[in-house]
Amino acid sequence: MRPEGERGDNSAETIPIRTGADVSRVRRSVATAMAIIGASRIETTRMVTAASELARNTLDYGGGGEVLIAVVGRMTRRKVEITFTDQGPGISDIDQALKDGHSTGGGLGLGLGGAKRLCKEFEIRSVPGEGTVVKVASWTERP
Amino acid sequence: MTHFLEPNRIPIFQIGDFLLLTIQVDLEDRMIMTLKDDLAERIARTHAKGVLIDISALDVVDSFIGRMLANISAIARILDAATVIVGMRPAVAITLVELGMSLQGVRTALDVDRGMELIRRSADRDFADRDLSEEAERLHEA
Repeated sequence: MRPEGERGDNSAETIPIRTGADVSRVRRSVATAMAIIGASRIETTRMVTAASELARNTLDYGGGGEVLIAVVGRMTRRKVEITFTDQGPGISDIDQALKDGHSTGGGLGLGLGGAKRLCKEFEIRSVPGEGTVVKVASWTERP
Repeated sequence: MTHFLEPNRIPIFQIGDFLLLTIQVDLEDRMIMTLKDDLAERIARTHAKGVLIDISALDVVDSFIGRMLANISAIARILDAATVIVGMRPAVAITLVELGMSLQGVRTALDVDRGMELIRRSADRDFADRDLSEEAERLHEA
């Protein structure tokens, strides 16, 4: 089944991340977006898992924020772009934060590095004292 | 039966010496915290030897949920019950490994039957170990 994907229509949704329930909403919304572009089951699982990790980071380290989930592109190449934004304390050493086992919040520290491994595209910008933006993307291609 | 009246609670079923719970919804953090408490209390009350957690309906296991499953296994072990996670989807297994989570200390089986078999065998082995250690004690005292 190829829902909406064939029509080539773009869509975007912004979800605030303030509670654990919002993290679940993000997962559901990313799963829907991946279905729209006709992504495989494994690729969908990767993106939903990555989004879940990043949403939790936004909540736990960024003090909350928001996520923009966008479906872009046309017919042959359809893309899901997910952008997490917070106005939290920011990350002073991004390389360090991407290493497995690095955690300042009592977790396993797999979040950021793990999410990077799961996504086809991964970008992070952070300014200490101002906040963090993480953008990830996945796409499908059709001849 | 009160569990069924509460939409935010995961029902726990008792089958002989086993407790079985099926996670069928996208887990919210609060639900899994409640589950931890409920399960610990049920193990203590029923003296269950094994806990089977069926996750075949779960599309996603992130590091938070993975850590909670590991915590539940650890709590059950201290309460003398073995935990087996059953029915993990292939895509979830692949993603967990890529994420860097190996779920150490958590036992898994492909389905509920195999999970029960695994717990039975480990219970037998524990029993045998206990017999041996009692035997050793007797010998030591003699």
